[in-house]
Amino acid sequence: MSNLTGRQRLSRLEVKLSPYLYVSPFFIVFAIVGLFPLLYTAWVSVHQWHLIGGQGEMIGLGNYTAVLEQPNFWKSLRNTFSIFLLSSVPQVIAAIVIAYFLDTNIRAKTFWRMGVLLPYVVAPVAVSMIFAKIFADQSGAANALLALVGLDPIAWHGSAFWSHVAIATMVNFRWTGYNALIFLAAMQAIPREIYEAAIVDGASRWKTFFSVTVPMLRPTIIFVVITSTIGGLQIFDEPRMFDTMGTGGSDKQWMTLTMYIYELGWGAQKSFGRAAAVSWILFLIIIVVGAINFLITRRIASSDAKGARR
Amino acid sequence: MRSAFKTLTALACVTALAACSGGDTTDTSSGTTNDGASGQKVTITVATFNEFGYEDLIKEWNAANPDIQVEHKKAATSNEARDNMNTRLAAGSGLADIEAIEVDWLPELAQYPDAFVDLNDPSVEGRWLDWKTQAATVDGKLIGYGTDIGPEAVCYRADLFEKAGLPTDRDEVAKLLEGDWDTYFEVGKQFVAKSGGVAWFDSAGATYQGMINQMEAPLENTDGTPKPLDQNAEIKALYERILQASVDDKLSAGLSQWSEDWTAGFQQDKFATMLCPGWMLGVIEGNAEGVTGWDVADVFPGGGGNWGGSYLTVPAQGKNTDAAKKVAAWLTAPEQQAKAFASKGTFPSQVKALEDPAVLDFSNPFFNDAPVGKIMANRAQAVTISPYKGPNFFAITTVVTDALTRVDVDKTDDAASSWTKAVDAYKALGIS
Repeated sequence: MSNLTGRQRLSRLEVKLSPYLYVSPFFIVFAIVGLFPLLYTAWVSVHQWHLIGGQGEMIGLGNYTAVLEQPNFWKSLRNTFSIFLLSSVPQVIAAIVIAYFLDTNIRAKTFWRMGVLLPYVVAPVAVSMIFAKIFADQSGAANALLALVGLDPIAWHGSAFWSHVAIATMVNFRWTGYNALIFLAAMQAIPREIYEAAIVDGASRWKTFFSVTVPMLRPTIIFVVITSTIGGLQIFDEPRMFDTMGTGGSDKQWMTLTMYIYELGWGAQKSFGRAAAVSWILFLIIIVVGAINFLITRRIASSDAKGARR
Repeated sequence: MRSAFKTLTALACVTALAACSGGDTTDTSSGTTNDGASGQKVTITVATFNEFGYEDLIKEWNAANPDIQVEHKKAATSNEARDNMNTRLAAGSGLADIEAIEVDWLPELAQYPDAFVDLNDPSVEGRWLDWKTQAATVDGKLIGYGTDIGPEAVCYRADLFEKAGLPTDRDEVAKLLEGDWDTYFEVGKQFVAKSGGVAWFDSAGATYQGMINQMEAPLENTDGTPKPLDQNAEIKALYERILQASVDDKLSAGLSQWSEDWTAGFQQDKFATMLCPGWMLGVIEGNAEGVTGWDVADVFPGGGGNWGGSYLTVPAQGKNTDAAKKVAAWLTAPEQQAKAFASKGTFPSQVKALEDPAVLDFSNPFFNDAPVGKIMANRAQAVTISPYKGPNFFAITTVVTDALTRVDVDKTDDAASSWTKAVDAYKALGIS
C-alpha cells in the first residue's frame, strides 16, 4: 500500500466512493423532504400544537389517546377502508382484464391504449365536479337512469355505503386505465413461447390467462397492489369534492382519514398535535396493510405458478 | 405513485408551518414602514375573494397615487381565502398587505389581535354601522375596516305565489309576512297546501342561519366560553322549531345550500321563498337564469337580520403597514363602497353610503325591477342585534347545521336521534 502514489490512492478512493456519491442526491433530498418531516411530525404529535398559536406543552401520547377516543376517527377509518376496498379490488381486476384485451390482436392498438389513459389526464377536481352532477340525489343522471328502468332512487349522499360506491367510482374511473397500461407493459414482456407451449398443450384461453398470464404478472401485481394501497388509504380529493361543504357529509359518512387530518389541523380544532398523531397512525396503518398485501399477493401469485389454483 | 407524494408534501406542510410558527413572529411595531410620503415608491397588495367590486377602484387609486401602487389578488372562494389566511398567518409571512376577511371567520382571527395592525383612526370614526365596527373591535383595537354587509330581506317567486292564491305585489307580500317566524311558517303552510308540491323555502340550514343571526349570544357566552350544546335549551328549541316547520309541516325543499341539487332546484321550481342577504341576489340571478318571477319583499321574519359581510385587515407582518392602512381606509370610504355596490352588489356597511343616491336608487331588472338599494337600506336599518360569535362559533354551528341536514336533506335520522348525534359531535370537539 505504501508504494501507491497520492494520485493512485485518490483514484482508488474515487472508485470506492463514487457509487455512493451518485445515489446520494436522492437520499439527501429524501432526508430533507421525507425523513425530516416524518420525524418532525412525530415530534409535533407529542405536543399541544396550535395552527396559529404554535407549540405548547409536551403531552406525551395525549394526542393519540384523544383522537382514538373520538368517534370521528373510527368513522373515518371505517370509511377509508370501505372506499379503499371498493376501489382497489375492482380496479386491479378490471385493469388486468382490460390489459389482456389490449394485448390481443385488435385494430388501432395505439388508439385504444391511449384511450384508456385519458381519464388519468383529467384533473381529479374536474372528475369530481362531473361526478357530483351524476351522483346528485335529486337532479343527478345516475338516479334519472335508475328511474328509467323503474328502480327507486339511491341516496348517494345520505347513505354511507352508496356514498362510498360513488366515490370509489370516481377513483376507479381515474386509475383503472393507468393500471391497465402498467399491466399491459408487463404482459408484453411475457415470452410468447410460453403461450405457444400452452396452446400446443391444448390449454383453453381462460386456462392460459389464469395459469400463464396472471402468474407471470406477479411482480407487477405486487407493485400495483402496494401503490394502490398507499394511494387508496390516503384518498382525499374525491371525497372532499363529493359535496360543496367538503367536510365528509352531515354524518361524516364519507370522511376519510386524510380529511380527518385536515379537519383536525385546519378545521374547528386547529390542532396540529392531533393532526400529526393521526398522520402517524395512518403511516403505521399503511405499512401494516402494505405488508399484508405484499404477503397475500405473493402467495396467490406463486400458488398460481404451481398450477394449484382453487 | 399517486398520493405518496401528496402525503409527503402534506407532512412537509404540517411541519414547516409548525416550525415557522414556533418562533416569535409577531412584531407589531410599525415604526419602520414607508408611508409613501417619503417619496419612495411602494407596492401594496390587496387580497380579496369572490367579488368585491374593486377592479375599477384600484385603477382609480393607482392613477391618482403614483407613489403607492396597488396590486389586486383574488381568490375564487371565501374558504380558499380562509385556508390561505390561516396557513400564512401561522407561517408568519406571505400574506398580502391588505387581507379581506369574512365575518364568519373573523372571531377565529380575533384571538390573535397582535397579528393585525390597529386600524383605529379619528378620520374613520363613525364611518360604519355600530354593530359592524363592534364585531371587529378586540379590546379596543380595531382589526378590520368594514366593506359590505348582508342585510336580509325575503326573496320570493311571484308567479308561484299567484298559483297558490297569495298576493304577488312586493308591498302586499311584505305586509303578509310582517311579523315573527311563526307568521312566516304559517303563511308557508297556507302556500304548501295549495302549491302542488312546491316547498316554501329551500333548506332548514338557511332558515337556521336567519334565526341565529337574531340571537344575542347563540352558541357561546359573551366571555368567549362555549355554551355546552346539551344544556343550550334555546338552541335546542330553535332546532326543533325549524325541523317541525321543515319536515313535519313540509315547508322545506330539503336542498342543502350550495349543493348540486340546490343549484338545480332554482330551475325546477322547487321552492318559492328564500332568506335573502344582499349578496344572495347575485347568486339567485345566476342560478335562476331564465326563470321569471323572482322579486324582493322589504320584510324579514322577526325584524332585521344580517348574514355575512366582510372586512379589510392589515396584517402586522406586512412591510408597509402605514401605506396599507391608507389604502384600506380609502377603499372602504362610503364613496368607494357605493361604486363597488353598483358594480357587484356588495351592500355598503358605511352609514353615509346608505344615504347615497347611487345606492338608494339602484334597482334590479332581474327581480322585476325591485328597488333593491332602497329595500336593502331599510333592511340594514332594521338590524338591531349583532350576535356574539366567539372563537368556537364556526365549529359549533357546523355541528348544529350537520344535525339539521341529517333530518332535512339526508333523511337518515329523526330530529331526536340527530340531536343526540350532535351532542356527541359537540363533545368530540373537546372545547369545553
